[in-house]
Amino acid sequence: MMTDSAVNDAGKFYVLEDPHHEEAHAHEPPTMLGFWVYLMSDCLIFGILFAVYAVLGQNYAAGPSPADLFDIEMILVATFALLFSSVTFGFAVLRMDRGDLRGTLLWLVVTGLFGAAFLYLEYKEFSHLWHLGATPMASAFLSSFFFLVGTHGLHVTAGSIWLIVLLVQLSQRGLTPANTRRVMCLSLFWHFLDLIWIGVYSLVYLTGVLL
Amino acid sequence: MATSSDPHGLTSGGVDIHPFWGKLSWDVFPFYDPIILSTFIGVVILGLAVVGAITYYRLWGYLWTEWFTSIDHKKIGIMYMVLGLIMLLRGFADALLMRGHQAMAASGSEGYLNAHHYDQIFTAHGVIMIFFVAMPFVTGFMNYVMPLQIGARDVAFPFLNNLSFWLTVSGAILIMISLFVGEFSTAGWLAYAPYSGLEYSPSVGMDYYLWALNIAGVGTTLSGINLVVTIVKMRAPGMTYMRMPIFTWTALCTNILIVATFPVLAATLALLTADRYLGTHFFTNELGGNPMMYVNLIWIWGHPEVYILILPIFGIFSEIVPTFTGKRLFGYTSMVYATCVIMILSYIVWLHHFFTMGAGANVNSFFGITTMIISIPTGAKIFNWLFTMYKGRIRFETPMLWVMGFMLTFVIGGMTGVLLAVPPADYVLHNSLFLIAHFHNVIIGGVVFGVFAGIIYWWPKAFGFKLEPFWGKISFWCWLIGFYLAFMPLYVLGLMGVTRRISQFEDTFYSVYFIIALIGALFVAAGIGAFLVQIVQSIRKREELRDVTGDPWNGRTLEWSTSSPPPYYNFAFTPRVYEIDAFAQMKREGFTRPTTGFVPIHMPHSTATGVVLAAILTVMGFALIWHVFWLAAAGFAAALLYGIGHTFNYDRDYDIPAEEIRAIEDKRSAQLAQAAE
Amino acid sequence: MKRAVHIVALFSCIFLAGCDLVVLSPAGDVAQQQGELIIYATVLMLIVILPVMALTVFFAIKYRESNKNASYEPEWHHSFSLEIVIWSVPLAIIICLAGLTWVATHRLDPYKPLSRISEDQPIDPEVKPLIIQVASMDWKWLFIYPEQGIATVNEVAAIVDRPIEFQITSATVMNSFYIPALAGQIYSMAGMQTEMNAVINEPGVYDGFSANYSGAGFSQMRFKFHGLDQAGFDDWVAKVGASGQNLDTDTLERLNQPSIAHPVTYYGTVSDTAWDRLVNLCVDGDSLCRNDMMMVDALGGGGLEGLWNREMFRGICSAEDPGAFIAMLRPEMRLRAGEIVTAMSLLPDATQTTRQ
Repeated sequence: MMTDSAVNDAGKFYVLEDPHHEEAHAHEPPTMLGFWVYLMSDCLIFGILFAVYAVLGQNYAAGPSPADLFDIEMILVATFALLFSSVTFGFAVLRMDRGDLRGTLLWLVVTGLFGAAFLYLEYKEFSHLWHLGATPMASAFLSSFFFLVGTHGLHVTAGSIWLIVLLVQLSQRGLTPANTRRVMCLSLFWHFLDLIWIGVYSLVYLTGVLL
Repeated sequence: MATSSDPHGLTSGGVDIHPFWGKLSWDVFPFYDPIILSTFIGVVILGLAVVGAITYYRLWGYLWTEWFTSIDHKKIGIMYMVLGLIMLLRGFADALLMRGHQAMAASGSEGYLNAHHYDQIFTAHGVIMIFFVAMPFVTGFMNYVMPLQIGARDVAFPFLNNLSFWLTVSGAILIMISLFVGEFSTAGWLAYAPYSGLEYSPSVGMDYYLWALNIAGVGTTLSGINLVVTIVKMRAPGMTYMRMPIFTWTALCTNILIVATFPVLAATLALLTADRYLGTHFFTNELGGNPMMYVNLIWIWGHPEVYILILPIFGIFSEIVPTFTGKRLFGYTSMVYATCVIMILSYIVWLHHFFTMGAGANVNSFFGITTMIISIPTGAKIFNWLFTMYKGRIRFETPMLWVMGFMLTFVIGGMTGVLLAVPPADYVLHNSLFLIAHFHNVIIGGVVFGVFAGIIYWWPKAFGFKLEPFWGKISFWCWLIGFYLAFMPLYVLGLMGVTRRISQFEDTFYSVYFIIALIGALFVAAGIGAFLVQIVQSIRKREELRDVTGDPWNGRTLEWSTSSPPPYYNFAFTPRVYEIDAFAQMKREGFTRPTTGFVPIHMPHSTATGVVLAAILTVMGFALIWHVFWLAAAGFAAALLYGIGHTFNYDRDYDIPAEEIRAIEDKRSAQLAQAAE
Repeated sequence: MKRAVHIVALFSCIFLAGCDLVVLSPAGDVAQQQGELIIYATVLMLIVILPVMALTVFFAIKYRESNKNASYEPEWHHSFSLEIVIWSVPLAIIICLAGLTWVATHRLDPYKPLSRISEDQPIDPEVKPLIIQVASMDWKWLFIYPEQGIATVNEVAAIVDRPIEFQITSATVMNSFYIPALAGQIYSMAGMQTEMNAVINEPGVYDGFSANYSGAGFSQMRFKFHGLDQAGFDDWVAKVGASGQNLDTDTLERLNQPSIAHPVTYYGTVSDTAWDRLVNLCVDGDSLCRNDMMMVDALGGGGLEGLWNREMFRGICSAEDPGAFIAMLRPEMRLRAGEIVTAMSLLPDATQTTRQ
């Protein structure tokens, strides 16, 4: 099969240099792209939940409507807690770019605290609603409300657990390439959740209370 | 209101949930049904025999270290194929049971299955064939072939790949358990609400369905992300998008579809799960729930899913046809565009699955016409294969036979598909056996034929010897004849107004058609049998069928440039690509295989994390199905902690020393020299 | 063309050894048009399908490896003109088919009143369609004739050449109402009403059934559809009316219990609110009526107290007691309840004719 008429240099069809060298230049590590693709798929899950809320959001089943339930001031505080946490995560990444481990850790801890504050306020809201009898089982509107907001809350919870794990790993090993990559992924995740929350806040809370 | 027949008292309403055992009790074992019981005994004996044989030959350690924990995309690909094959046997057994029962029931007797059992069987058949046969097969091909075709050493995230596989296995295991512990869903493969809700399907069957698909669906999504990134990031130098082999192109489109649709399935099933476990009202009839939304959501996933199955198969045909005609593929560019157009259009046709739901004429015609438009790129593909054959030298080896069978069969399925896309025609054909015949026509005539073609085509690459053709041809002819005998009568029955999922018939009017269909199913059974014989025979005669060149068919793409089976690092040196059929060009220009100057190759370690995580999640799924909530919580915590623990392992890769590579490559050089003599 | 269609249908029937392809040769005009559409579309597609199949076989034989006479051009892989053809031929056919689809879908929209009785019989604008209300239950069909004030289970009759308007709902899961000889199917869904307009042109007894799987009794969820002339229909109505049974709320609730292969049953009288209760899913005493719920929702919900109030109004249907429900649910609206009910009744009812 191999014709011996025209003999080529093996280098024409094969990369003969050191593969590490070649790879480092030809490809960035695929993790970030992978994480982006994951975020898009996650975004789709939220897209479905938003769509479900749009369809079912008016089906109060002769029960309470948003106007009867939402405490918009508290939600506003929670929103700002989450927005600030994104800003502080940004500071953490800036510190990390300068190779400042202590600064990174510090800002990540602040981010975590803001995240915890958000989660606490959400927990308070949910338990308040539950106490009133406005459970997810009470109407289709409440089902879709709890599911949309709750899924976001679960994501924030998962992000917070991840944050804690990352804090441990950073203090163990410092700003290694693997760790900085993880911080960047979590940063994307965190900002993504912020973005979703803005959607939740406008579509669910603001329109719910205003209309 | 207990509407679903529940002869076994497995409902949550009827049985108190034990704090420790949940819904589990002795009554969940199907001692009452001789058919299931004998299957159960058979499976236990067979299982014990397999386990005994593995133990006797001391293969556990080998399987564990070389296969189960392997993160090598080739081994994972092969394991996907094995999973698909095993589940094919299960899914096909269900099909035979249905055909036999309907043939009897249509001939005046009651048949041997009661409605409750029959309903479980058609549900299991659909779920298994789509999720645990067709999906593993296409994922297996994409895993095995695609990285080799793009000149990569592995996928982008090898560990994730292993995890994805085991999550799929986890779903399959849950489905298999449902056969013997409790029962399976009776709600059909898409579990339309509100029937699938707690009120109408209180039994654990639906919960088996939900958790099996939830777990397997996560695996599929992760695998989709992984393969998209692999194709985007890891192509060999010089392989631009428009130089990728068509199979890789279809794999790219397929995995984009997976990433963009499986989350919809996950969300939809999660909402249904919430309806069943928490009592929410997403898809119920009460308190504002909306079952029509379920039907919409499930088909927004479901229709692209059809293309997830068929696109890689189109890719397989696009590899086989040029190889066996000894020609370049006709119209590469239009093939690529056709694939992309199909990918995009597949999102905007979902409503054609329920024209009869009462949408207005404008909506129905819109979705009908978009559906028809898909047939244009599909038709272009058929023409492209046709004109690849034109002025070729066609070698009718077994893979090519399957292609011929496909081309003649698939166009019929395509035609009936377009027919069903005309809304007023759909009003009379919807849910009839005509519909059943149509989608089996495209799935068997398309996906299954393509899978067999692909297995025979790439088998020598994976194992170093060809499959022997005699039994392969018998298998092909049995499948082809069997398909036509089994499904042409169903087209006729559909035109006679016979609907699907019927287990009892009023008169014997349809008897002859169902009997012909049964004979067809028996032919297909013979085809599957012949395929298994083919594998066994080929393994026995592997020395005669041995191929040492790595290129048994005179292939055109990069996977044929390495040895068969490829070394675990795939390519000692990453290939460089200059045109579409990279390996054809290399052969044409007389490439030299580098035999010196090896450098260490960076590869990931094997890991048991995927197997262990999937095992924990299987237990968790089982616990959730049976409402054993303490165990579910423990399983969840264990999975979480184990997953976190895994992230503390930073030592994930190693370098293969250059000497080891040289030893392997020298061996290959010796083999090639021997073959050349 | 018409004759060709008949010849094709006839030919396929002979070919299929005398089978009864009811979908292609039905007895109702709507189904007739739908069946013809199948044949037109098939013929249109065969224009491209048959050549492809023939070429596949021809190329396979001509360019087989052993035929050394055939030309072999391994590098031939592109031809601009050929590619134009392979994209434009299917495109042309799909354009024709799309036009056909658009027109036929609008013409045969099941919601639209009929535009003709049959091919050679125009519609008489004076004749009102016969209204038949259809409810799928587990696992039987209930038919209510509001005009005649009767109801039947698992048997339905209509007058030859008089338009029929089916109003379809489900008291349970999703089913599909299908009489192949009459017209294509439409889903029956709980809490909403779908519609189908059709006409039967030949007297006879035809099969009807659920075409959408609905559970254990699905296979037996069958009924007979009788196409009768006016006199025959009047006799049938009289026969049904002569049965002493009354379909009141209690009977309806009992009927709504699951049963398999329910015998044909006649009800001589029907409660006025039976259909409202069926459509609004409040057949039994512990359900909330959907239209009442939707009315409250349209007014902005029942408030937190609605969660408790609504529990007290299970089984109460505003069709029977207008105003009671809303007045009790929103006590502060008690004074205005009358106005609200009047206002709501002026609007097209939210639950009527739910279109996707």
